[in-house]
Amino acid sequence: MLDATEGYTTEDGRKIGGVVMEMHNITLRFGGVVAIKDISFDIREGEIRAIIGPNGAGKSSMLNVISGFYNPQEGEVWYKGAKRPPMKPYQVARQGIARTFQNIALFDGMSVLDNIMTGRIRQMQAGLLAQALWKGKAEQEEVENREAVEKIIDFLEIQYIRKTPVGRLPYGLKKRVELARALAAEPSILLLDEPMAGMNVEEKEDMSRFILDVNDEFGTTIALIEHDMGVVMDLSDRVVVMDYGKKIGDGSPDEVRNNQAVIDAYLGVAHD
Amino acid sequence: MAQSSQATGGLESVPALLQRNASEFGGKPAYREKEFGIWQCWTWSETEKEIESLALGFINLGVEEGDFIAIIGRNRPCFYWTIVAAQSVGAIPVPLYQDAAAEEMAFVMDHCGARFAVVEDQEQVDKVIEIQERLHQFEHMIYVDPRGMRKYDHHKLHRFVDIQEQGRAAYYEFIEDLTARRGKLDYDSVCVMLYTSGTTGNPKGVVLSNRNIIEASRSSAEFDNLRHGEEVLAYLPMAWVGDFIFSIGQAYWCGFCVNCPESADTMQTDLREIGPTYYFAPPRVFENQLTNVMIRMEDAGRFKKWLFDTFMEHARKVGPDILDGNPVSGWDRFTYMLGNLLVYGPLKDTLGLGRVRVGYTAGEAIGPEIFDFYRSLGINLKQLYGQTEASVFITLQPDGEVRSDTVGVAAPGVEIRISEDGEVFYRGPGTFEYYYKNAESTKKTKDEDGWVATGDAGFFEEGSGHLRIIDRAKDVGKMADGKLFAPKYVENKLKFFPNILEAVVFGNNRSECTAFINIDLNAVGNWAERNNIGYASYQELAGHPRVLETMREHVEEVNRSLAEDPMLSHCQVHRFAVLHKELDADDGEITRPRKVRRGVVAEKYEDIIAALYDGSDEVSTTTEVTYEDGRKGSISATLKVCDAQVVPVGPARQEAAE
Repeated sequence: MLDATEGYTTEDGRKIGGVVMEMHNITLRFGGVVAIKDISFDIREGEIRAIIGPNGAGKSSMLNVISGFYNPQEGEVWYKGAKRPPMKPYQVARQGIARTFQNIALFDGMSVLDNIMTGRIRQMQAGLLAQALWKGKAEQEEVENREAVEKIIDFLEIQYIRKTPVGRLPYGLKKRVELARALAAEPSILLLDEPMAGMNVEEKEDMSRFILDVNDEFGTTIALIEHDMGVVMDLSDRVVVMDYGKKIGDGSPDEVRNNQAVIDAYLGVAHD
Repeated sequence: MAQSSQATGGLESVPALLQRNASEFGGKPAYREKEFGIWQCWTWSETEKEIESLALGFINLGVEEGDFIAIIGRNRPCFYWTIVAAQSVGAIPVPLYQDAAAEEMAFVMDHCGARFAVVEDQEQVDKVIEIQERLHQFEHMIYVDPRGMRKYDHHKLHRFVDIQEQGRAAYYEFIEDLTARRGKLDYDSVCVMLYTSGTTGNPKGVVLSNRNIIEASRSSAEFDNLRHGEEVLAYLPMAWVGDFIFSIGQAYWCGFCVNCPESADTMQTDLREIGPTYYFAPPRVFENQLTNVMIRMEDAGRFKKWLFDTFMEHARKVGPDILDGNPVSGWDRFTYMLGNLLVYGPLKDTLGLGRVRVGYTAGEAIGPEIFDFYRSLGINLKQLYGQTEASVFITLQPDGEVRSDTVGVAAPGVEIRISEDGEVFYRGPGTFEYYYKNAESTKKTKDEDGWVATGDAGFFEEGSGHLRIIDRAKDVGKMADGKLFAPKYVENKLKFFPNILEAVVFGNNRSECTAFINIDLNAVGNWAERNNIGYASYQELAGHPRVLETMREHVEEVNRSLAEDPMLSHCQVHRFAVLHKELDADDGEITRPRKVRRGVVAEKYEDIIAALYDGSDEVSTTTEVTYEDGRKGSISATLKVCDAQVVPVGPARQEAAE
């Protein structure tokens, strides 16, 4: 096992740092249903960490625990070396954790640009009155934020839909806009809930490239849930495998691929 | 007119023109590029500084006089600066098509022996690295966009801004050298080398001198009275001679501003924001715009549609006459003015053509309906005829003498003659110097007196004296019974339908004509949507029975119109097949500027052609396709071969309707 504070270098030369987030024996229950049972794993700085598993394995619940949407009944979440008390999602967001949703959650009537601007809310300090009067600090802030947003628009190559209302966009582009909004928050950890669900091969390739580029250019730590095994194995540095709320595997893509428990969970086992 | 008198007054190179512009129009905009959502602007004096620091950087990097510098990227100010900076240090810029596959680039870069390349981004860097081993002389690569480039080996790889920075740092070291090199440039020195894609064989490097470019730019600018206040949008490939003339030649001669769009996808928005006064587009672009307008009008409310239809009908009636200054009744003028207020003006604004004073189209024949549509709106759209070897201009249409079926009169200073077998020859100040490292082709194309064979067959129309182009001379053939076979003429008629993107007609040495058709996914897809026709792929849509039925109607309409032309009535299309894939430049089926390579198509789809002539109803075929990144795949399909009704002509050829 790797030391928690030391990093390593991946085959393609990226530097992975120490642990930024740790899950200790997390258990999450909804009434009598145990969604997550006693799961522990960690996320290292700068890595792409995937959570995979069959339907109903508890992947999204896990992501919701990280983003503060659910508070687990048992277990601890450690973030940047400190234990995290139960929090509201907006408090988690302030700590630099941004996410995208499995079912796109954008403002349909607003333009792409405005949607992404909402991601900058954390960077806006001017008060209501100043914003309304549009003078001094508020104006300057808006300009700065717009600049940051434009850089993201450029990065994700969505200049041509800048002013288009999100509701008019096809699915694949909406996903990209959602990623843009999450990036606008300048997160240190980016949570992606099935970023490639429902996409065609070309869109998947594009999205994979953007995820790799984000990780490479901004050094953003990424935790993602994904069904497409090919994509997961190509993208991620380490993979956690869940099944029925339990962790059944954890390690590099190769280790996971050869893990018998994982093979059984995905391909099924004969009951004899 | 004042400009012509100083034509040779020391202004014998593009860098010299740059210096003149910097001193005369110093504070006026020279370049604009939209970046991060905002139009960034560079004045002429800023441009001069940018180019100077880049040129110094080139010297610092070891660029020698006579070196070739390949330029691979979309239209951006930095690449235009690269062209002029290369000229300033005595090197020869060679712009390449940025969407070309690595293989195609390898030929060109090896042929000119480029030592340096200035490229846009990681994608282009990767392509050049892939072919680098085969390029013996190649040394340094400079890239503009640093994204994703951090992990590359930077021994021979440089950032564009770093080269400029180094140039600025070495100012005192190299400025004398630069001034000396710039001073040596004259009318005879090479201005640029452009590769023509050619519909057959390898590309040829056309060497154009400063004389060619500056003379052609000067006379054409005077012809259309272009001034330094013009705005153009540079969006056509930089490797194409047209862009070079408009965005370098004329821009530097007149000192007008070149605007670069944010990306290829935003071109339409950027066009609207800039509102160019001088605009060039191939017929395809105009066709697409018109298709889009028509599609959107289909979806508009009943009142708006009525308004549009009524006023467009009026515009078609009197618009062209008003534009040409012909007499039009007062009432018609008033109605046109009203239409301008309600329909034409807003429409022109939406299209981004509201301020266009001079618009050109060339490269292919344009459909008369499309041409008339734009002219009736009051847009001064004209045609020109030209080629790389002529520095573009062979003929131009003067204001007031514009028609869709001719290409105008000889450009100023250009002489034209028609050979006995109908081929068009020309000579003039813009006539190219030679093909690089290809004396044989040079001799074949350009004779000792400077006459250049265009390879096109054409004739001067009696009365107007305007040139009319029939077809590529080598494509014009004979049918089995010895009658004239002009495929392009028929293809153009087919392509004038918005539903048809491309058509290839066969019939040389055959008893009857047949055709391949490519549907236009945009137009046909929209039609399918409105008629509740589901489809999962291009192939499925192209093979849909109702699509085939529509295509049959189009073909039969063309046949009817051909039947009226006594010269070409025998070229009616008897059978046709709708292809399962678009003809693609990556597969070598068409050239980058979208001209069909007949030979390649005929060979590749041999089996389908056979089916067109042996009477079978359908044919199964497998076609190899090349993806953008050079990988290969294949698609198979079963195509229906359709019969089309032909109009019987003359007693000699009693063709029974099928």
